[in-house]
Formats: sequence, structure tokens, C-alpha cells
Amino acid sequence: MTQLTLTVNGEERCLDVPPSRYLAEVLRYDLGLTGTKIGCDEAECGCCTVIVDGQSVDSCIYPAFKAQGAQVLTIEGLAQKREGCEDESCDAIELHPLQDAFIRHGATQCGFCTPGFIMQAKTLLDENPDPSEVEIKECLKDTYCRCTGYTAIISSVKAASEYLRTGRMPDAVLPPVMKPLTQIGQPLQRPDAVDKVTGAALYTDDYTFDGMLFGATLRSEHPHARIRSIDADAARALEGVHAVLTHADVPGDPRHGLVENDWPVFAGGRFPARYVGDPIALAVAETAEIAQQALALIGVDYEVLEAVTDPRDALQPDAPQLHPDRPDGNLLKHIKVRHGDVEAGFAAADVVVERTYRTPMTEHAFLEPECALAVPAGYNGVRPSTSKERGAAKYDSDKLTVYVGSQIPYSDRRQVAKSLGLDDEEVRVIGTLMGGGFGGKEDIAGQIHAALAAQVTGRPVKILYSRQESLIFHPKRHSTIIRIKTGALRDGTLTAVEAELYGDSGAYASLGEKVMTRATTHATGPYVMPHARIDCYAMYTNNAPSGAFRGFGVTQSAFAVESNLDIVAAELGMDPAELRRKNVMRVGVETATGQELIESVGLLECLDKVEEDIKSSEAADSSSLSCDPWAPVQVGSKRYAWGIAAGYKNTGLGGGAPDKAEAEVEVFPDGTAAIRTSSAEMGQNLVGVLAACTAQELGLPFEKVHVTVMDTDLTPDGGPSTASRQTYVSGNAARLAARAMRQQMQNVLAEKFDTHPEVIAFHEGLAYVDERRLAKMHGAELPVEGANGTNGSAGGILPGSTRTISFADAVNALLAENRLPKIRYEYWAPQTQPLGTGGDMHFAFSYAVHAAQVSVDTDTGEVAVERVISAHDVGRAINPLSLLGQIEGGIVMGIGNALTENYIVEDGVPWTERLGQYKMPGIKMTPKMDSHIVEHPTADGPYGAKGVGEISSIPISPAITNAICNAVGVRCLALPVDQDALLLAMRDGEKEIDGHWGQTGEWLVVSNGTDAR
Amino acid sequence: MARWRAYHTPATVAEALTLLHQHKDKARIIAGGTDLILDMEAEQAEAPEVLVDVTKVGGIDRVAQEDGWIVLGAGITHTQIENSPLLRAHARCLTESCGVIGGPQVRNVATLGGNVAHALPAADGTIGLLALEAEVEVAAHSARGALHRWQPLLSIFAGPGRNRLAPDQMLHAFRFRPTGARAGNAFDRIMRPQGVALPVLGIAARVRMDARLRRVEDAVIAIGPAGPTPFRATSAEEVLTTAEAFDDETVEKAIAAAQTQASLRSSKYRASQAYRHEMIGVLLRRVLQTSVERARVNDAPAEAEDA
Repeated sequence: MTQLTLTVNGEERCLDVPPSRYLAEVLRYDLGLTGTKIGCDEAECGCCTVIVDGQSVDSCIYPAFKAQGAQVLTIEGLAQKREGCEDESCDAIELHPLQDAFIRHGATQCGFCTPGFIMQAKTLLDENPDPSEVEIKECLKDTYCRCTGYTAIISSVKAASEYLRTGRMPDAVLPPVMKPLTQIGQPLQRPDAVDKVTGAALYTDDYTFDGMLFGATLRSEHPHARIRSIDADAARALEGVHAVLTHADVPGDPRHGLVENDWPVFAGGRFPARYVGDPIALAVAETAEIAQQALALIGVDYEVLEAVTDPRDALQPDAPQLHPDRPDGNLLKHIKVRHGDVEAGFAAADVVVERTYRTPMTEHAFLEPECALAVPAGYNGVRPSTSKERGAAKYDSDKLTVYVGSQIPYSDRRQVAKSLGLDDEEVRVIGTLMGGGFGGKEDIAGQIHAALAAQVTGRPVKILYSRQESLIFHPKRHSTIIRIKTGALRDGTLTAVEAELYGDSGAYASLGEKVMTRATTHATGPYVMPHARIDCYAMYTNNAPSGAFRGFGVTQSAFAVESNLDIVAAELGMDPAELRRKNVMRVGVETATGQELIESVGLLECLDKVEEDIKSSEAADSSSLSCDPWAPVQVGSKRYAWGIAAGYKNTGLGGGAPDKAEAEVEVFPDGTAAIRTSSAEMGQNLVGVLAACTAQELGLPFEKVHVTVMDTDLTPDGGPSTASRQTYVSGNAARLAARAMRQQMQNVLAEKFDTHPEVIAFHEGLAYVDERRLAKMHGAELPVEGANGTNGSAGGILPGSTRTISFADAVNALLAENRLPKIRYEYWAPQTQPLGTGGDMHFAFSYAVHAAQVSVDTDTGEVAVERVISAHDVGRAINPLSLLGQIEGGIVMGIGNALTENYIVEDGVPWTERLGQYKMPGIKMTPKMDSHIVEHPTADGPYGAKGVGEISSIPISPAITNAICNAVGVRCLALPVDQDALLLAMRDGEKEIDGHWGQTGEWLVVSNGTDAR
Repeated sequence: MARWRAYHTPATVAEALTLLHQHKDKARIIAGGTDLILDMEAEQAEAPEVLVDVTKVGGIDRVAQEDGWIVLGAGITHTQIENSPLLRAHARCLTESCGVIGGPQVRNVATLGGNVAHALPAADGTIGLLALEAEVEVAAHSARGALHRWQPLLSIFAGPGRNRLAPDQMLHAFRFRPTGARAGNAFDRIMRPQGVALPVLGIAARVRMDARLRRVEDAVIAIGPAGPTPFRATSAEEVLTTAEAFDDETVEKAIAAAQTQASLRSSKYRASQAYRHEMIGVLLRRVLQTSVERARVNDAPAEAEDA
């Protein structure tokens, strides 16, 4: 221990800490300032940015003793107590203009990156009161956000700078939507926004308990190996180690899984390790460092087995078998779509195009690595609170409790209980705030391990994954190989599609079957397809498991479908937008799975909007002399062109899976209401959607509704937060729970006012008799006193009406009648049918058209996305600000999918070990985005809404590669696009390349491990 | 990884060298730490027991014009380099190369000395310095106190990621001649947006034109990576200085010479040899053009002073 003296947020702190501490650790763990986040431990993501003596630094790798004697400013030091509020208990604060702007412009979603962005942006505004967009991007170039797509961040920084200069804070610019209701269609501030911009928001690693131990996981070094023995004696003997757990210590079900129960809690015994990263043992110790040291002392005797790492090889009869107990061997599922007669369709076609496409394994790269914290039943310790807390954060010491940021809390509870041999009711899962999910936090990570360790040691146990561990461990987006053949008539009418897909589902099933089913059923694209034969093989291999990832398989098949469509258009000499227009799904058509689309198909309008924008922007661009909007334009060494693609994505689980969500509403005599459901908030602002639906139905101001999510004791089951389903399913549950509560209150108030329940209205926190409605209802029967004199006040409140009471009094009236102020509603989404039965596979689809303008540097092969014009049919915009965040974030994630992202595994061994080796798009890759919202309401959706979470990242990748082809005449058959291969193809006159970045091809000579050259 | 057990922050070169001498192989110098700590975390560098932080050594971050040289302390950060008017006037290839490394959070702490000591053949800052024909001052421990010696920059590189400094030696400063009349320099590089941190290729050039501004009198071209250590394209320099005029033909000849002399190779996921071969052409065209343009308007650089 050495003495460290520094001034943090104006307060001098003197600490005895080990000399090896990093500044972020001192701030978070020694000083309890958990607003500073750790996202990567490699100065890559910027989440840990703090200001030391006026300069921003990445505190995660900044030795704390560098800050000896320094002034350190963290996010907690930015907001000031409001003047006249010096009292300790007063929490009225004056936000810094950047904090305020981040809220107003929707620049905080999951919130994990927000403190880093605000601190880094502050250094810019401190030096430059009026930064340009280029300067903003330069300043934030190494600070990463996975949710927003950065546009909202850029506009927030501009807004804050304007405020600092002029005292006026500009509003966010939002696309037009249909006429809003009082809460629905309004850009309301998200309920958790203030906590997220001030550093008060608590994620799992921000929780601490007295006596807490730390777990570290030993993982397989081999892609496939039998574990002969594990020698943990030396590790157990290490001072400070409380337990080393292995497969022998699992009291209940030794395996878990979302669909198939195939993933061992620990590899070992009868379960081999099936990928690099499979857990083998857990060391539990007084500190995280000791737990890590213990891992080094565990000896594992591996018998290395032959591995299979290509899904096509895995299907061969002589391939090594991953799960010998499965009847179909390595075949997880053969998925088939059969529709019409493809031979006849191709025979009738004038043009047939067949290509094979490849998409890589990709990584969610949510900025918060996984963390699980379990507290044993009966634990009587203290949980020191470092920040203000909501009611839901209290734990019940009678139960084994797991704190975790999870997309499916009830599934976590089931899997934890089963492996521990407990009843579900003996376990409680409390969801903390989640720093992004995107599908990557659906499977079990450390939940079972932490719970088991807490049971065994009788102490709270935290397991925090490092970024590097998160990368190798959790399920990815499936890599795919897709052969697709498309037929069309001369006039562009599509006649048939035949496709064969191989999906690499990796070592365990996860959601692989479901994901690849979606890839298969969406492989016609959003088009009328008279004949289709599609076969998909979801395969087990010894690569990392693949599972859910925003787009859920459709991202991959859309790339193949939309690329092939542009080749068809080229062969027909047809405008690619025209080809799509001719074939797009409309109301009344049937999908290849036999579903008749009876409503809410806004695809044509999406296409119109995007095409109109491209044409007008091209007309405005004087450099473009051609009337062909797809023709390239050369400026210097860069060639610019547009490309277009369409897409669709189901909302909800579909395929016959029962799809329901429960929500509970409670009203309080203080005039507030609570809405509760276990559905997951991972940044998308579900909490805002739930609050808006509840407030709308109860006529309450938005801020009077408190939302609790993700707690298996306090919130009823909202089902998984997957498949773009929560706005629809949980939104409906909240809406209908609130409506049921309203009806109950209407009944009580009707008695009180001696009138009909239907005329009791709720608005702005008041309940009243809608006299006009009443008059209308009774027509001539009742004299309408005073009604003629009013000129239609919105809520129908009459001036001087005495039949008005506050919502609070209405609740009191309810209680006085001994009615329960709490109602639970179980919402069942419309029934769906399994694939192959010909019925409705899904209850709703969202649609989108994306156009991307790219530039290709013909000297270097470098590709940049300059502009994106998009239109999304989302049914109904519930919150346009959050909706735009979903759209822009999805688009930028799709840009990453097209241009940068590839989780590289070489013969089963991950090459991508660090975040620096997996570049997600940074702020400099953010194009100018114009986003149209199209609203074709769906009858059963809440106020007409359907999902948007995934569709926004689907058409963008093929729009980009189509644009590249329009620019330089080279078709990229594989992602991500490689500038090296692209340039050499241009030089050599090749028209198609299937070389992509991350390929270990002939042209890549493998160098030594350090790759220093 | 196991971390260090002691962290020292000496105030003088002598103190720093004494600590290094005491702990020998168990100690390592840390400056910004943005390379060293990543290597340690990735277990590519063995964790030392003792870290000697040299960034608080007096004068280690200075920039000054002294005795006909421009002198930089080895602990100068990339941000300080970018913002220095003196360096912007005389060493655009250095301000440009240091300005593109990482983001501001990294440049605020990463030092030029660290960049050079890391000895990567593609290190941007090093390539910029090399084009300036910089010398490096090495301070070595001795019984009679610190020994300081100036030596050519290239002399300290042993191979990729390896320098020739002994455990009790440290980089103390760099120096190079001011840019005179009719001289100019520039840097450019090619990156890729995917998961590789180092550039595909970087080139810095410095030229001095003749009195009529027609031909190149003097040229330095630094390329990385084009060999196991930072590389001078001497044959291309010779093409430039022996040509009658600086024109397209001369540039193309210089490119061909550089392509022949450079030992390019394919490195995993970063670039193919063929691509790098093409990029020598693209970058050399760009940096020579910019350097010559700068030289032509640069009759005599103004004396710029750093605040």
C-alpha cells in the first residue's frame, strides 16, 4: 500500500492503495464513484474517460499514481447542486448543458458510454466554444457508443455549445409522425435519463455488498477436448481463496440452455469442452486479483479431440460429433420452406442469377461486459449504497438473489434454479441497468456460477467478465454461407427463389434453430415470390456458440437476397428500385410460408419516400449530370454512388410459440401509478414506452408513472426481450393493464357521480365527468347545461364543472370501495402457426427501405458511407425520439456489419481477443442520415405500433454493397468488405470478389504472432 | 496478468537511471503507458516488478530551438506535439503523424519517446521523426552519473518491437534541424477500418528545392512498415535528387525505386504485399506533392515560439 493523494471533483482524497491500481479502479472501487465505467481495459472504448488536470485520459489503463497530486474530474462532479440547496438531503441539481443536451437529444440509451462521452465532449467545449461537426467527430473518434449511431451525440454537443454561447438550447430535430395523443407519439424524455447523464445509474458491477467475494472463470484453451482431470488443490490452498468449483459441484441439472438443454454449467466429467471459452472451473476469492491468481494454479489434463469448425464439414458423416446423444448428429436443425414449384418458376424466368454469399460471425460489443452478482439466502450483511436507489433494488435476504443485466430475467431464474436443484420460487433475479444487449444477453453467462458460489460460500459473490472474456465467451451472430438463385421475367416480375443456407451455430444450440429459421423464412426478401424452395442447415461446430443478435438471421439472408436482386436488375437493364417496386409485398399478398398479409404493409410507401429523396438530392447536386440516380460520380480520387435495399422483419416470437407478456399496474393515493413487468430495458427505452402507454390510459402526466422492470419477485413475466417484441407485447400488456384499471376507476367514479362509467374521463391527472360526451350520449333526453357555451376543450372539462376530482382522490375513492389498487394483465399476442403448416407464422412485420451513398477511393479501395436515407414502417411511433435512436443506431450497426466487423476464429481458436481487434463503427463512420417514419398501424399493436429494434439494421449492409457495385463495378459477395481485395479487383478488372476482411486466404501470408510489421 | 509491485516517479534523469540500474531487468520505463500496459495486459510483455514513470522528469516534455537544433523532450505527448507552433512550422510530418494516432484520450498521455522505444516499424511518430533525420539522445547510467549521448534515430532499432537500449538507459530527447528556406515535409498513411491498430502503410517525406524551385536538392523518405525496422527509401531519395526536375516522371521513378527497395510483405489481416506495393505509389505521390508545395511557398519559415 502506498499513499495516493489527489483531488477528485474538488474534494481532496487521501488513500492507501496498492501501487498497481489503475485510476478507474481507484475511482470506482476505492472511492465508490461508479459513474466512471470500464468497458474494455484497453483504452479502446472511452467509457472510462475522466479529466486529469484538464486533460482527458482513459482511466482504465492509467496508473493511479500518475494522478498523484492531480485534479481529477469525473461525471459525478459535473452537475452542480442547485443554488440555495446546500442541505445534504437536497438532491436538486443543475445539470451541465452537455448533460441536459444528451437528455433532450436522445443521446443516452443504455447509458454505459454516456459518462465517457460527456467528459470527453467537455474537454472540447472547454477549449472551443463553437466546434464544427468535423471537430466534434475528431474529439470523440475513440469514444464508442453501440446504441445511438452517434447522430444524437453530435447534435447534443452542438446544442450544448449553442446553449453555452447563447443561453438557448435547441430542440432535437425529429421526422414527422402522425398526430400524437397526449403521451403517444410524443418525444418524451426517458425516465432514467437524468441518472444516466449524471453517473448515478447503477449497472451490476456498480453494486457492492459487505463481505462480497469475487469469482473468476477458467475456460477451455481447446476447441474440443475431453477433460481427464482437474487438479485444483494448489488453487484451493492459495490464501484468500474460498472455493474452486467444477462440474462435480453442480447439485442440480448440469446443463442449461434457452431452447435445448445442451450447455454444461462446467465442462468436465462426461461433458467435453466444445469451444475455446467453455467454462471449466470457477475460483472464488477475497479479491478479483486472487481469484485470477488461483486460476493459474489449476491444472487441467486435456485429451484434445478433433475439432470441426466449418458448418459444411460438420454435416459430413465422418465429422467429429459434438453431441453424440443427439439423433441428428451435428445437425441442429434442417429448416425448409416449400412454396409452389421452383422448377416451373425457373423455367418461366428470362433471367436466373445464382451466387454464393458469405457473412461473418459478429459480436454484439455491448459496452458493458457481463456481470453477475449473487447474494445467498439468509445473508444478513449490508449493501452499502453509493447512490440513490429505486425501490426495486432492495433485495430479499430470504432468497438466493442474482443481480444481473439480462434480457430474460425469468429464464435466468429457471436456469439458475434448475442447476442448483431449487424451485423457481427459491431464486430471485433482479435486473440491474444493462449496458446494451442486442441479443447478446439472452443466454446464461455468469448467473449460475455466481449463484452456486454464493450457495457454497454463504457470501455474496460477484463475477465480472473482462472485455476479453466477454468476447470469447458469449454467443455471436451466426456466420453463414448462402447459395441463392433468383429467377425473374423480362419485365422484372420475380418467379422463383431457391436457396441453401449453412448457419454456424457453434458449440451449443442457444437460439440457433430459431435464428436460422428466421433467416430461412425471410430468404425470399419482402417480395411476392410465387415459387420458393429454401433449405437451411443449422450446424453444431467447435466455434463459439451463435445465437440472437439484432436481426436474428434476417441480417444474413437479406444480404444475399438484396445483392442477388441488384444483379438481376443489372441483367435486365432495369432500375433496381423499379425492380423492387414491381415485387414488394403489399396488403393482400401471400408470403412463401403461406401467410396472407391482411394489413399494415407500408413497404411501398417506404420505397416511395426513399426514392423521392434520392432523386431530389441528385437533382440538387449539380455535379450529377446523369438522370440515372444510381450512376457513379467521380470527385478527385473518390467515386460516389447510391445503392438501395429493402427488408422486413417479424415482430414477436412467431412460428406457433405462445407469445405473451404480463404487466401489473398499481395506483397510489398520491396521484401516481406504477407499471411493472419483467421485460428488459437494455437501452431501447422500453421503460419510456411502458410509462407512455400507462400514462395515456390513465390520463396521468408521464412523470407520474413509475416503471419497474426485470425483477422476478416484483414484476410479472414479460417474456424475453427479443424479436423486436416488447413495444408490441409488453406495451400492450401495460396498456391493457392500465385500461383495466381505468375501467375499474370509471366504475367507482360513476357510482360517486351517479353517471355512466363510459363518460368518466381521465386527463392531466384529473378524473371528471365528460359532460359533452354525456350530453351526446343522452341526446335530447338531458338538457345540456352550459355545453353550448364551451368551444370544445380538449378533454371536455367544462368551466366550473363540479364533477372533477384529482387522480389522487379518484384512487382514494377506489380504496374506499375496498377495490384493489393493483391489476395484473396477461396479454396474449395473436396466435401464430409453425413453419410448414401454412398459416400465419407471425402476427406483424415491420418493413424498411435503406439507400446508402458510398464513396470508394479508387486509389486505395477505402470505402465510406456518406449518406443514408431510410424509411421504416413501424406501425405507429410511440416515442419519436427513442424511435429515431433505434433507427440511427441500427443503421450504424449495419454499417459495421458491412464494413468493419468480423469475429475471427482460426481453426476454432479466436483471433479476435481484444476489443481493439473488433472495431465497431466509431463516430467518424457516421453518415448523414435522413430517416422517414412510415406508420401503417397494425390492429393489435399498442396504438398500432410494431417492432423496430431489428429492422433498422437489416437492409443497410446490402444497400452499401449495392452502392459499391454501382460506384466501381465490383460486387462484394462476402462481408465485411475488404479495401485491399476491392482495390486489387479494380486494378485487375475483376467484377466479383468473395475475398473479405478476416479471410485466411492464399494472398495472406501468416506472419508471426506479434504482427509487428 | 500479475501487475507491478512498485511505481516510482523520479524527478530527474539521474534518479530515473539509478532506479533502473538498481532493479535491472525487473524494472521498466513507463511513459504514457498506452502501449506498455496494453502489451502487459495482453501478456505480450512480461509484467515488471517495478515501473519507473519518467514523465515527471524535469524538462522531459520540452520543445525548444537550441544551437541550431529543434529539441524535443522524449516525454512530450502527442497532443503537445500537435499543438506546438514551432513544430507546426518546422515539422509538419511529425505533427501530422502524431495527430492521427488514437483518440485525444490516448494522445494526451502517449509520448513520442514511448512511440520510438516501442520500435514498431510502422509507428507513425517514428516515421515522422525519421524523415526529419532526427537524432536521439540516450541517457545511460554510470557510476559517475548520467551519460548523455546523441546518436542517429535508426541506430536504436533492433527489430520489430525491439530497441537497443540497455535496461539502465533511457531516451531523453530528440533533435533535428529546423526546416530552412525552400524546404517542406509531410506525412500520410493508409489505415483500414477493421480490427488492426497499426497502419497498413505510412510515409513521411522531407524535401528541399533548388533556388529556382524546379528540382529537388535534398530528400528524405521514411516508410513503415517496409522492413523489420523503420525504413529509409534511399534509392527513391536518390532518384529525386538526381533528377533534372520534379515532375510526374520523376515521382513515378521514385515510386518504382521505393517499391523495389522496400521489403514489403503480407501481414495477417492488415494488408497484402500487393496492396502495400500499390500504396507506396499512392502515398508517395501524395506526400511528395504536399512536401514540394510546402517547400515552394516556404521561402523562410517564420520563427515560431511555443508558449
